Amino acid sequence: MIETALSLRGPDPRKPSRRLGDEDIRAALDSVPDPEIPGVSIVELGMIGEIEVGAEGIRVELLPTFVGCPALEMIRESIEARLASYGLPVAVNVSFATPWSSDRISPEGREKLRASGFAPPPPVQAGRGLPMLDVALEPPMACPYCGSFQTTLESVFGPTQCRSIRHCEDCRQPFESFKPV
Amino acid sequence: MTADSAPTVTRRDPASIAQGAAAALNPSARSGLAELLLTMADDEFVSGFTDSEWTGIAPILEEDVAISSIAQDELGHARALYELLASVLDDGRDADAIAYDRAPEEYRHARLLDEPRGDWADTIARRFLYELADEARLASIGDGFAPLTELVAKLRREERYHRMHLVTWIDRLANGGEDSRTRLERALAAAGADAATVFTPLEGESALMQAGILTRSMAHAESAWRGDLTTILVPLGLAVPPEAPLSSAGRAEHSDAFRWLWGQFTSVRRLDPGAVW
Repeated sequence: MIETALSLRGPDPRKPSRRLGDEDIRAALDSVPDPEIPGVSIVELGMIGEIEVGAEGIRVELLPTFVGCPALEMIRESIEARLASYGLPVAVNVSFATPWSSDRISPEGREKLRASGFAPPPPVQAGRGLPMLDVALEPPMACPYCGSFQTTLESVFGPTQCRSIRHCEDCRQPFESFKPV
Repeated sequence: MTADSAPTVTRRDPASIAQGAAAALNPSARSGLAELLLTMADDEFVSGFTDSEWTGIAPILEEDVAISSIAQDELGHARALYELLASVLDDGRDADAIAYDRAPEEYRHARLLDEPRGDWADTIARRFLYELADEARLASIGDGFAPLTELVAKLRREERYHRMHLVTWIDRLANGGEDSRTRLERALAAAGADAATVFTPLEGESALMQAGILTRSMAHAESAWRGDLTTILVPLGLAVPPEAPLSSAGRAEHSDAFRWLWGQFTSVRRLDPGAVW
């Protein structure tokens, strides 16, 4: 009975109000994996831009790694499914206003890429400008399996738009790397 | 931003933003923009489909992966450009309807891209000439229509990889031996005649320049492209395509090879109109 009376008066004024914020949404999306690299989340890959939360809904800005990324619709559906439990309308807006760059991958994301067998990209530090490809591609990349720098770039183009194929001369393993972009 | 500072969610979907930005343009700039977007999208679309003809049969496995990845990039670029165009036209057609529901003669890609796949030298010659032309065109896009400015910034990051790949192949074929060099020279000469059709003047060009959507004319972009070609081809002892007068027919009057390709890429759409994946 007492509880009913309290709830009729609204939230307990002695407790700080705890409304849904953009950090809650970002934390929730951190459990949405990239469909092509399941060990890393879309937040760690830097694919989530601005988030807005309000009474009328949740808006999430999705920054594609590549314009023609075929996984985009799948990612959009995963975001909508993950946020459905909040009971608010969800709008996922694909945006190029902030161009995705491989520099957006977080330190955790880079470590998880390595653990999944992908060499993380070297920094391009290009801001809105164009990355210096020669600089980004020339230094040898560490093999994600044995750590050796005795590696070669086999092909800039790999099995997905965002990946390249490399080879380690020491452990004789082919491996993939994220394209610096 | 938390719920406290943002009590309502701003509705900012990309289509509405693009529609708003297009509505703010004067009518001649808006129709020029539609023309520009259609030519850019059709170029990327036809180029992507022709590239995809190599999937499974490229000269080496790595190249099979590379050309297929480039094809996927170009088709993705076409989709993004058709989506912008759909917002600018705002006539009820979506990107797929614009891409697939036209007769072959309604496509506005450059005649350079009309040619069939050909052998590997034909593909590399045509793609190299187009890639550098596309780059000169992308470098001509100003900030008069923000959704396009933003998209182009992203496209240029990706096209850098295509350029690097094609320049590598030009070098490889030029220095690979007598057979590859002869084939490349023949292919460059054949494609060279139509290469500048990418810079076919647009009807709305002056309106686009006044609106800041283009920062230079197609003719100026073409001379930048010729300079770029010269720095790559001349050191290899290869000829830069000759200058030819441009007519508005450079993006019309398509070939039988294109009509065949059109039959291929519209076949599913025509079989089951309105089908969704």
